[in-house]
Amino acid sequence: MTREQSGLRRAVDTAFPVFVVAVAAVVLWYAISAIIGTALLPRPDQVAATLGTSVFGWPVTSPRNLLYHAGVTAEAALVGLAFAIVLGVAIAVGIVHFRVLDRSLMPWVIASQTIPILAIAPMVVVVLGNLGLSGLPPKAAISGYLAFFPIVVGMVTGLRAPDSIQFDLMRTYSASGQQVFAKLRLPASVAFLFPALRVSVALSVMGAIVAELPTGAQAGLGARLLAGSYYGQTLMIWATLVMAALLSASLLGVTALAEAGLRAWRGGRL
Amino acid sequence: MTIALVSLLLTIAALWAMARLSRSDTRTARLATPAIFGLLLIWLWQAAVMGFHIPRILLPAPTEVVSALFSHTAMLRRDFVQTFVRSVIPGYVIGCGFGFLAALAIDRSAFLKRGLLPLGGLISAMPIVGVAPIAVMWFGFGWQSKAAVVVAMTIFPMLVNTTAGLAESGALERDLMTSYAAGYWLTLLKLRLPAALPHIFTALKLNSTLALIGAVVAEFFGSPVFGMGFRISTAAASLNLDVVWATITIAALTGSLSFALLALAERAVTFWHPSFRNPS
Repeated sequence: MTREQSGLRRAVDTAFPVFVVAVAAVVLWYAISAIIGTALLPRPDQVAATLGTSVFGWPVTSPRNLLYHAGVTAEAALVGLAFAIVLGVAIAVGIVHFRVLDRSLMPWVIASQTIPILAIAPMVVVVLGNLGLSGLPPKAAISGYLAFFPIVVGMVTGLRAPDSIQFDLMRTYSASGQQVFAKLRLPASVAFLFPALRVSVALSVMGAIVAELPTGAQAGLGARLLAGSYYGQTLMIWATLVMAALLSASLLGVTALAEAGLRAWRGGRL
Repeated sequence: MTIALVSLLLTIAALWAMARLSRSDTRTARLATPAIFGLLLIWLWQAAVMGFHIPRILLPAPTEVVSALFSHTAMLRRDFVQTFVRSVIPGYVIGCGFGFLAALAIDRSAFLKRGLLPLGGLISAMPIVGVAPIAVMWFGFGWQSKAAVVVAMTIFPMLVNTTAGLAESGALERDLMTSYAAGYWLTLLKLRLPAALPHIFTALKLNSTLALIGAVVAEFFGSPVFGMGFRISTAAASLNLDVVWATITIAALTGSLSFALLALAERAVTFWHPSFRNPS
């Protein structure tokens, strides 16, 4: 058996059980909606049809198109995520290099993960609204704030990941602090950055959606969910939920692609 | 002017104290440094609000938040009972319990494990709070719909982590159990569940935060006229920001205390694990 065949074989081995379970889940969904009625739980094909007409029946710029709303939410999530990465990496570098920051700031970073941060969403929206900032900034602020903590924690762990003998080796080379950072700490941290990034991507989408709830926003997946909830349009809620899942999955897919690309570039390991 | 001067002096003093403390490695120093930092932040917050005359509708001073905590005690307690005691706790127990049992069931089939785990991981990464409007539609405005959202949010992290934990025990240890003629249940009870405990506690701790988020966000979609999520959204809309901050303080304390309790329980139950056994 050649290597390609065994690779294919492995892919089938992993994909087949997932496929079977997914099919079983869809069958279960049909069964439940048949029992409790399609008014409460629409059938998968109804949801797919709603999603299809919404995506293909209207131009992408129309508010009737769910892709438009997904785009609005994705914009907030991505802007927030970009801020979270820049700020999170900067603070992690500070924490690793300054003992005072490690001792004073790090406990708060960890403690803040135990707090239901999303609860502050309505307040952030109102306060920034009073400052004249509405639309994108409050949403990006909330999703960035959520996505920030996993990145700090992951990067701090990653920047500290090298063994002490590796630091000793750098010292025997009489490497400066900057060189240790650029050649040892930073490359080592990448393996920890990506798991943190996956969590952050998921959180930033969730943050953007929740941030759209209290604004009375006209656009975005959260606004769509709220409108569906007000007018009792079950199908619209389900289609929006599926769209939110697709958005989350595609952002995660992009992250995985970036990880795979970096892995290939660095010779098969992170 | 005096406020600015006092703040500057306090900041310098606090920075000096933290720099001194962070050089020693005692337990007191480890606790005192973040405490000083936190107190400094609260003082600067207070000073900024007073010094720059920041309007209350933007940022109430810490003293106003504390006085709101005391003047609205009855209302805040009712919100807390509705959200935490009635929604979060039942939802958390049902969600974690069901996730745990599902993991035990799935663990018996390698096929199901390979099929469900990637999907479970993917679903954990989805914005599950989105099911809140559906839960409100199905179960009404009361605590039941919030508990349902909490169940939906907690079940998959528990399932994925427990399954990973059950795979934790080594083949050698399982062989040993077989040599003792221990059956499936005995092996599960004496070997595999204890080995899975660190993973299970990871899920329990993660879920304690997710559960609060789920219940609070579900209340944004419709609730009776009390509850922490309801209070935050309506008080923010009517610009009673001191009440909002008071509720957020309670939510933060609830979240941290739940987490701390779970961490203590973890330490008591998994004292054998390397992460606790190492004295340094």
